[in-house]
Amino acid sequence: MALDRALVGRSYPPSAVYEVGRAKIAEFAAAVGATDPVHHDVEAARAAGHADVVAPPTFAIVVSLEAAFVVLADDEVGLDYSRVVHGEQRFTHHRPIRAGDRLVATTTIDAARTVAGNDLLTARVELATEDGEAVCTATSMLVARGAA
Amino acid sequence: MTAEVGTELPELVVRVTRADLVRYAGASGDFNPIHWNERVAREVGLPGVIAHGMLTMALAARAVTGWTGDPAALLEYQVRFGRPVVVPDDDSGAELTVRGTVAALLDGGRARVDLTVTSAGEKVLSLARAVVRLG
Repeated sequence: MALDRALVGRSYPPSAVYEVGRAKIAEFAAAVGATDPVHHDVEAARAAGHADVVAPPTFAIVVSLEAAFVVLADDEVGLDYSRVVHGEQRFTHHRPIRAGDRLVATTTIDAARTVAGNDLLTARVELATEDGEAVCTATSMLVARGAA
Repeated sequence: MTAEVGTELPELVVRVTRADLVRYAGASGDFNPIHWNERVAREVGLPGVIAHGMLTMALAARAVTGWTGDPAALLEYQVRFGRPVVVPDDDSGAELTVRGTVAALLDGGRARVDLTVTSAGEKVLSLARAVVRLG
């Protein structure tokens, strides 16, 4: 079934607050081999001009991918979850994510099209602090492979 | 750090084992079994357990942050997941090679870096690009 272009621009209610912890940043950094002390050591982070330890460049996915998946739960979108793979990912950092951030994710459908039987849906997740400071724009293109 | 168009970043070679996939699953919250369960991976038509695309993306970023020396200098980063990285059930795992080249100098003291990420001789990411703030 082809994706409905009228879905483009659809926005979903903001997520619950995700509070970024020092231990989670350190755990994620260790998992991707990011050894820079700004991820692990508060003093090193402060010496580098940050208010607290900062997250590695792709950490936002921890919050944003789940937020993007709200589109999969939308019956009017009708993507077959069992056939969905991650096609593309983009991050635009407005500032580094740091420990203590209380982030809210707001998801919008930026593009929806069907190419060669595959449904391609682009979900843009705006991560901001609960006070409204823009932190990161995380854009995920999800592909639902057409049945062969 | 000098940057002009054509400047090549130091090559990064990194190994990914099944244990790394389990660790990344826990850290990221992505517990899709195709990243740790051979049976499920094969049932969905994959040649075996594959790395999380987001893990490959994160590892490739290290070539950029290692070059700039400042993880916060990576302002924009995008990839297309082209080909899965199959991770064998052994101690050595899969090998990723990341090469980067400065493709353009941008305003505001920024540069665009284009990345080539290969495993077993095949490109696994395409359109992999970063925008960094230079020194």
